[in-house]
Amino acid sequence: MNFSVSGGLIIAIGGLGPALAVGYIGAGAMEALGRNPEAQGKILPAMLLGMAFAEAIAIYSLIFAFGK
Amino acid sequence: MTSFIPETIFQIGKFPVTNTVLDTMLVDAVLIATVVYLSKKIKLNPTNAFQNAVEMIIEVFYNLTESVNQTITATIFPYFMSFFLFILLANWSGLIPGFGTIGFWRNGDFVPLLRAATSDLNLTLGLAAISIIATHALSIRTVGIKNYLSRYFSFNPINLFVGILEIISVFTSLVSLSFRLFGNIYAGEVVVTTISTIFAFLVPLPFLALEIIVGIVQALVFSMLTMVNMSMLTTPHEKNH
Repeated sequence: MNFSVSGGLIIAIGGLGPALAVGYIGAGAMEALGRNPEAQGKILPAMLLGMAFAEAIAIYSLIFAFGK
Repeated sequence: MTSFIPETIFQIGKFPVTNTVLDTMLVDAVLIATVVYLSKKIKLNPTNAFQNAVEMIIEVFYNLTESVNQTITATIFPYFMSFFLFILLANWSGLIPGFGTIGFWRNGDFVPLLRAATSDLNLTLGLAAISIIATHALSIRTVGIKNYLSRYFSFNPINLFVGILEIISVFTSLVSLSFRLFGNIYAGEVVVTTISTIFAFLVPLPFLALEIIVGIVQALVFSMLTMVNMSMLTTPHEKNH
């Protein structure tokens, strides 16, 4: 198995932003749940949707990392 | 390691039939068979459990569409549901035992006979193109071409800049829709293949469960983005934002 430095760098740097974004979305959802546990049915699907969008950016850089 | 490019199994004239095309036909066959079976046995008060389940699913998604847009729900909903069902079944079909493992050897490379349809960038690009063309055609038909063009071109300098950003965002959404779906499913395939290469039993199970969840989430994200775009573009663009 050949390891490529450029591929590793692409996914490492490209995954930093989305990781932070997903963390912030989760933190916001946790805070909202803590304030109002009854709104769980509205908060959780919106959180999952937001996380899917934020994660997509990491997927773009993953595609480039596979190519290297 | 599975390759980006889907492998051609045979050719019909000049058209190469790849293993993802075969999977697309399989998903189509399942969907059409379900539709034909339900339409033959449809009853007003369903006693068939299958019809009951399908009606429940459709009602949930119809209520979701209605909560986003009340005026044009009946036009948007078929697109939403068709995209969702096709992408969901295509994503899940990659998890069936035999996909990616049953095949033949050609020139020293292993060519699997079937592969998840959405792990092919051609398919996801086609779906994203259909989504965007349908959205814009629906928009032109609903609000008229003058209102549609006023969203993108304007004489007011601020609105001109916003219009240029909107044009760029059309192309961005084309790329992001296709790459999001392709990347998630293709990366999931690579992960499951890698894990199954290292551990044959028990350990791939959590990854397969993750792939089931990813399949649902990505189908939902693609269809909901399409629906929200359609809803936004069919509301007339006001002059003074």
